[in-house]
Amino acid sequence: MFHWKIDYLASSLVRTAAVFACSIVVFVIAFLTREAWPAISELGTRLLGDESWHPKATATAGTFGIGPIIVGSLTVTAGAVAIAAPVGVTSAVFSEYYAPRGIAVVYRRLVELLAGIPSVVFGFWGLVVLAPWIARISPPGQSLLCGMLIVAIMILPTIMLVVQSALATVPRIYLEGAVALGMGRWSVIRYVVLPTSRRGIATGVMLGATRAVGETMAVVMVCGNVVKIPQSLFDPVRTLTANMALEMSYALGMHRSALFSSGLMLMLACAIAILSTHVWSRRA
Amino acid sequence: MSQGSSVRLAESGRLGERLGSIIIWLVASSVAGVLFCIVGDLVWHGVSGLNASFIIDPPARSGREGGVGPILVSTFAVLLVAIAASLPVGLATAICLSEFSCRESRFGAVVGHALDLLASVPSIVFGMFGNALFCNLLGMGYSILAGGLTLACMVLPILARTIEASLRSVPEDYRVAAASLGISRTCCTVSVLLPAASSGIAVGLVLGIGRVLAETAALLFTSGYVDRMPRSVMDSGRVLSVHIYDLAMNIPGGTENAYTASLLLVGILVVINIAATLLVRSCFPTESVAR
Repeated sequence: MFHWKIDYLASSLVRTAAVFACSIVVFVIAFLTREAWPAISELGTRLLGDESWHPKATATAGTFGIGPIIVGSLTVTAGAVAIAAPVGVTSAVFSEYYAPRGIAVVYRRLVELLAGIPSVVFGFWGLVVLAPWIARISPPGQSLLCGMLIVAIMILPTIMLVVQSALATVPRIYLEGAVALGMGRWSVIRYVVLPTSRRGIATGVMLGATRAVGETMAVVMVCGNVVKIPQSLFDPVRTLTANMALEMSYALGMHRSALFSSGLMLMLACAIAILSTHVWSRRA
Repeated sequence: MSQGSSVRLAESGRLGERLGSIIIWLVASSVAGVLFCIVGDLVWHGVSGLNASFIIDPPARSGREGGVGPILVSTFAVLLVAIAASLPVGLATAICLSEFSCRESRFGAVVGHALDLLASVPSIVFGMFGNALFCNLLGMGYSILAGGLTLACMVLPILARTIEASLRSVPEDYRVAAASLGISRTCCTVSVLLPAASSGIAVGLVLGIGRVLAETAALLFTSGYVDRMPRSVMDSGRVLSVHIYDLAMNIPGGTENAYTASLLLVGILVVINIAATLLVRSCFPTESVAR
């Protein structure tokens, strides 16, 4: 296949590297499963069925219900996506079709800057600025609402950048046709651009949701971390990621194993989301 | 930006059109407003504490006073370990995906999927994995090495994918020309394709560095909290982002220094990004050749 001996050598070298690179994901799953196995085999459905989360090092001493924590993760994610998706799509439309060229460039740079701010800094800002504002409406401030808002700001750049690249691929001839029909800018976007790029929009939203559910530091800092199902937007919640970040450092035995099994669940959820997005967007 | 498509969409005078424009401008300016709010707040509260002694001094009274000297050293040590471990593997994987037999093959597709899966893993899960593998099983304990290797796993897909994309964007002519001159593929890759793709490689590297510097969750239980000056990579070292977390959450009265440290971290990231943009524009005219 190759004419040169060195090509065989180099080929096998890079192949080895590639095999190693993709084995890492197998390693991650294997190690999580290994650590999670005691909890999965001994607790089983107790992980979902137990009343509350009062973990101890042995299975009999504690209760291991992560139900309320899963609800916490889902509500924060759903809220963040509900805020960030419309704003992200609107921002993409703005920078693609409304903003004058110079402003569009600056705007994109700003969003990229937003994307580059570390999550711990968002969390810190949420803790010292946003949470006190929310506390003025209804204490304690570190709440579901605060978490949703901060995570929404964090996933906004992801959604906007993906959607914008989808908008850029709308065939030019569609736009020309619409303009020739005398359609105004808003109608073209509403009836031509958005329907044409709905797959790209869905991909962007999906990527944003995956980031939101895996987000840790900002959520730990602004959500209040109380394990219970929130009754209102102003109640504190704890997410799966926050739970791991808070308890990993001292967890032992079954408690540690239960944390690993929640990590495994989280990872599998993200993996399924990403894989289905890929399969789905490729079928386009 | 791709308004260069040059189809000018104009407003018709109808009320709905006007309303649409107004809403879109409002949303866009509020996004910019939020950004200015955050960055402005960091600068406003943080800039007074940001001076040479903050950067050099060790933290005092759990970080309430003093600076971040040892913490910056740990941060760059973790960064160095992570990039040193992931760049060779990432580069080789990218070359495999774009140049050698894996191109368009089933094997290549599997590797690509595995990389995408790896990229989707939340950072806290990487932290747990690193804790289980590097800290416990391989006996590294809480150390800079363990943290760096954990982050290496995390940035590997970013590096491999961006480098692959930039290699693929090198025109096919280059490869054909090299082949017709009787140059081996290895030689072609090393002396033609990699230089031609160097700007893309630099961008990938910068993305990876940014990701490493911003990371907190994966380091909480791999590189640890110790804020002394690290003496070797086997020492535990607290990175800047973990320091901010600790100051904000666990240290009453640490807010002021947390602001300064946040400003420093965001500043470093912005400088790296700008430097990369300039680097790409000035040092690698090959990109314009490649187009």
